[in-house]
Amino acid sequence: MIHAATKGAEASGDSPLATDKAGDPILELRDISLSFGGVAAIKDVSFDILEGEIRAIIGPNGAGKSSILNVISGFYVPQEGRIVYRGARRPSLKPYQVARQGIARTFQSIALFEGMSVLDNVMTGRINHMRSGLLSQALWRGRAEREEVENRKFCEGIIDFLEIQHIRKTRVAQLPYGLKKRVELARALASEPKLLLLDEPMAGMSVEEKEDMCRFILYVNDEIGTTIALIEHDMGVVMDLSDRVVVMDYGRKIGDGSPDEIRNNQAVIDAYLGVVHD
Amino acid sequence: MDNLIFAAEVFVNGLMAGVLYSLVAIGFVLIYKASGIFNYAQGVMALFSALTLVGLMNGQVPFGHLINAIFGTQVHHFGWHLPAIVAIVLTMGVMVALAWIVQRVIFRHLINQEPIILFMATIGLAYFMEGLGDMMWGADIKKLDIGLPQGINTGIDSFTADLFGYGFFIDNLDIVATFIAAGLVVVLVAFSHYTKQGRAMRAVADDHQAALSVGVSLNFIWILVWSVAGFVALVAGIMWGTKSGVQFSLSLIALKALPVLMLGGFTSIPGAIVGGLIIGIGEKLFEFSVGPIIGGATENWFAYVLALIFLVFRPQGLFGERIIERV
Repeated sequence: MIHAATKGAEASGDSPLATDKAGDPILELRDISLSFGGVAAIKDVSFDILEGEIRAIIGPNGAGKSSILNVISGFYVPQEGRIVYRGARRPSLKPYQVARQGIARTFQSIALFEGMSVLDNVMTGRINHMRSGLLSQALWRGRAEREEVENRKFCEGIIDFLEIQHIRKTRVAQLPYGLKKRVELARALASEPKLLLLDEPMAGMSVEEKEDMCRFILYVNDEIGTTIALIEHDMGVVMDLSDRVVVMDYGRKIGDGSPDEIRNNQAVIDAYLGVVHD
Repeated sequence: MDNLIFAAEVFVNGLMAGVLYSLVAIGFVLIYKASGIFNYAQGVMALFSALTLVGLMNGQVPFGHLINAIFGTQVHHFGWHLPAIVAIVLTMGVMVALAWIVQRVIFRHLINQEPIILFMATIGLAYFMEGLGDMMWGADIKKLDIGLPQGINTGIDSFTADLFGYGFFIDNLDIVATFIAAGLVVVLVAFSHYTKQGRAMRAVADDHQAALSVGVSLNFIWILVWSVAGFVALVAGIMWGTKSGVQFSLSLIALKALPVLMLGGFTSIPGAIVGGLIIGIGEKLFEFSVGPIIGGATENWFAYVLALIFLVFRPQGLFGERIIERV
């Protein structure tokens, strides 16, 4: 188990229960249903994400995991159900409005600003932390400059932490896949999210890259206290990282609980081992 | 030797003409980069802004003709003359309103449409605005004078006369236009690199989905971009209008911006500048050197032929991004 080492360094070995560190729900999905035309992507799914936890969403291909993340981040609008965010029902919002509420995300197929440098990409994550508007930037140069310097410092901190200093000035288009994933995480972190959504943060990575990414995710959760919801295929990673796991299959939730509970859940085992659905 | 001196004068004049082509081309590039819309109406926007500016300065009643025809009144002028700076600010307000309307009424309904559909919409917009300008302010040629210096620059004239025994004819307006254009480019670059909105603008130009995920409203940025393009159009409109009067042939400079963009690349502001200068200089020098041999009037087609040659050998333009399809 390559991942055991990374986890062991951060968390205690005695498999903490979710309630140890997690507080109230930061986000609740209630009876969410989503379909495209006649095809149902999500059927009546409910679960919550608790403040401070790492929540994994797993399931076979096409189970609706990414759709769930897209619903949370506002890219998809569900036909039914509701979303409760930080204690209040959330109306139907545009993706940029969701982002402004403190929910940051990464994409399965990386969505970076390819033509910009790594530093510029990370800086865009702070766009909504820049208060100075168009006019004040023209009129009060001092304040705008101070703000720029502060934001810059913050981003440099994240860049250091994610160990991408050496490529700060490199155009993203020239980076290899693994580093792009890391830059995307850096940009999401730059917005100081309350909830961080990671869509397959380790897909297609080498073993070393996966170990690094695990370390970063754990650190962000432990030290910064960011709540994280992630989709991942590597079961070893999921079981090591997450506090609680949601299992999806054919658009439905088929399991929900701690990694240990999930490991022993018959419905989950069936879904993964491919029991014939009647 | 004499020919060389003439050529030098033609070269400088071409450079100045090129600056104006560049201005129009920059407006194209801004909108194209941010939204993928090739805005055929950019030239008409320059015309429209110049018309509005003159109309406001002269206190002309907008839609005067229409109002008089319907109500049998005889209103033509409010009877005031606005200072140039006030009129410019008001005109800018009109251009921002126009940007908002264009986004709200047209392009909001065309999201995710094919580029050709968006292009067609801008053609419609161009003719609509031309008609609107005509209806609001009338079709007569108007003199635009916002106090920019005009006429031969005597300094350069006497300096070159001493040096070569031949005084260069350089219009003061061209010199001012060059400085204003350069200033405008500096402001645009500073804006897009050091302000929140500028950064958001570049983000949208690069990747819509990623921009949304960091909290940028595409709708707001598109209105902003059309406003900035409107501002660039206004500057271009002032220059051309001062030089040759505000007239409807102004909208045809949009077509000259096309070969400029093919040279410079559709996605590059430096490309738009260099492309404009090359076309400006090229067509003047060509007219000067080859024109007399083949009967003149080469300025009408030189830019297009040059662009055609470029298309064959370097379809992405001088500065454009190379398109590589992975199979």
